[in-house]
Amino acid sequence: MPETSETAYNFAYLDEQTKRMIRRAILKGVAVPGYQVPFASREMPMPYGWGTGGVQVSAACLTPEDTFKVIDQGADDTTNAVSIRKFFQKVAEVAVTEHTNEATVIQTRHRIPETPLTEDQILVYQVPIPEPLRFLEPSEVETRRMHALEDYGLMHVKLYEDIARHGEIATAYAYPVTVEDRYVMDPSPIPKFDNPKLESAALQLFGAGREQRIYAVPPYTKVVSLDFDDYPFDPSKAPHPCALCGAEHTYLDEVIVDDAGGRMFVCSDTDYCASRQAEQAA
Amino acid sequence: MYVAVKGGERAIDNAHAWLAEERRGDTDIAELSLAQIREQLALAVNRVMAEGSLYDPDLAALAIKQARGDLIEAVFLIRAYRTTLPRFGASTPVDTGAMDCDRRISATFKDLPGGQILGPTFDYTHRLLDFALAAEGNTPESAPQAEADPKPKPHVTEFLAREDLIQPELPKAAAPVDLTEGRFVLPEMERRHQAGLFREETPRDLTREPLDLPSDRSLKLQALTRGDEGFVLSMAYSTQRGYGRNHPFVGELRVGRVPVEVDIPELGFAIEVGEVQLTECETVNQFLGSKSEPPQFTRGYGLVFGHSERKAISMALVDRAMRWEELGEDDTGAPAQDTEFVLYHCDNVQATGFLEHIKLPHYVDFQSELELIRRIRAEALAGKAAPQPEAAE
Repeated sequence: MPETSETAYNFAYLDEQTKRMIRRAILKGVAVPGYQVPFASREMPMPYGWGTGGVQVSAACLTPEDTFKVIDQGADDTTNAVSIRKFFQKVAEVAVTEHTNEATVIQTRHRIPETPLTEDQILVYQVPIPEPLRFLEPSEVETRRMHALEDYGLMHVKLYEDIARHGEIATAYAYPVTVEDRYVMDPSPIPKFDNPKLESAALQLFGAGREQRIYAVPPYTKVVSLDFDDYPFDPSKAPHPCALCGAEHTYLDEVIVDDAGGRMFVCSDTDYCASRQAEQAA
Repeated sequence: MYVAVKGGERAIDNAHAWLAEERRGDTDIAELSLAQIREQLALAVNRVMAEGSLYDPDLAALAIKQARGDLIEAVFLIRAYRTTLPRFGASTPVDTGAMDCDRRISATFKDLPGGQILGPTFDYTHRLLDFALAAEGNTPESAPQAEADPKPKPHVTEFLAREDLIQPELPKAAAPVDLTEGRFVLPEMERRHQAGLFREETPRDLTREPLDLPSDRSLKLQALTRGDEGFVLSMAYSTQRGYGRNHPFVGELRVGRVPVEVDIPELGFAIEVGEVQLTECETVNQFLGSKSEPPQFTRGYGLVFGHSERKAISMALVDRAMRWEELGEDDTGAPAQDTEFVLYHCDNVQATGFLEHIKLPHYVDFQSELELIRRIRAEALAGKAAPQPEAAE
């Protein structure tokens, strides 16, 4: 493995032993879709909470031939996306891109790109709390038991109580899904608008560094957002078009533009928005 | 016309340059050397070594300098470095009974073999600011010296153990075993064996395996010794105030250096590779017996890198509190008795990372919440404006 001149660290920072350990966890995750595989997460040179799980999964997946893209909140130029991209440029010397269709590995925080992914791509999610039942049951011992027994009654009661109280399911992001009719899974804090995109041609890997868990949704896996027959899942978004590219089918950021509370809505996926604008200009 | 904010990259570079400048401070003031930090801020260095789980005073001093004195940041730097190091072996267990003690006190016996050694302690200093220290250049007079005391200093708890007054901490191999059956002779020992309390395998390594619950005592002690000093202190304090009370006496607190030996397979024997300073605390806890255990004293155990008395004592109290299940005590629901709670929240690098990550952009999830609240609020207000029939009655 080449050592980069600048760092003297192994390719993609982690030693090969650690990468092998992570790859085993990934393979197990792929074999049991939606199941949270414990792994011996390492301290990374960025803080827990900054995407250490995603960074470790990316490090275990990247090869020198890969083209890497990092987004945070849908954008390539948010500070932490810049920081993670620079990290891998330094320790892995991989090619990087901002274009979704050019990337082979995409690390993301809080969004799924608008451009449909292909079988040649891997989407790596940064996950803060991998346990979808955590806010209903704080004990890990207890939630692991509930998953083992497929005991998801508590979750359905929570969704039902939401409807009784608010008239709808009051979860707007990190909306729980059932994977391949078995495990209830937290899709990471993506807006529920992105949930339908979880059924994808690409391999999707989820890394939670601090909580020491990896899980996966293999290509073309069935992913169903939890709902009730009479209250079907609704992937809502702000009822506006993008002010920059005019898209009506994308997730939007609300931007406050003046002191008087004036606001506009623009695509959160900056690459998607920019390519649409370029097409329109051409 | 709105243009999306760009320039994250330049902002980061500039922020780092500014940070470096702030770290150095006023350049008219002499720069701190690592040796100065190592020698004069030794207790900070000790804390960083203990919570960083890496015994290297020079690296700890570097981390403190780089972190501008933020000790949790320094611990983080050390941990991130440590995790890249290859693991080429494990030492044989250190013998703290043979420690060269700088300090050795017992709160349970006025006098004891080996004697009490007060050592370099803040305990009886009057906390008056020493303005003489503000004027630099004063070297303190050297402390009076005596010949090194060659007497062995056995652990205080050994005296209680001779009378069978304290619960034994027997490794599996030392327990009375009926070898023909492969079972323990005493039913009580067998019960503990079945409960996994006597595992004598190589202790698992918390830094190389995911935390797995329920965890054995060695794993709990690993988590506590690298846990945040403030957190472990508060947990211990809460047991003293009644949340999982366990009547601790400091049976013994000792600080000193012990040699570290490693088995070299090619040689067939262990050789000394260096020595480390350790603080060890054994508490003696009153125990009136439970359904499964006779009345006898029990122990809590603390062992920490460097001179870290507060941490070692705190660790011993929390260790003892978490042993309620093994000793057949009641679970009073106290935080310090909740092993999962303590183990999952004692690590300050994890805690500070997750806490501070909320500074990162959350535009997307906030936006989705914003839309949800606007919608539910509009519906709620519409409902109030047109009262339900039963409300009108």
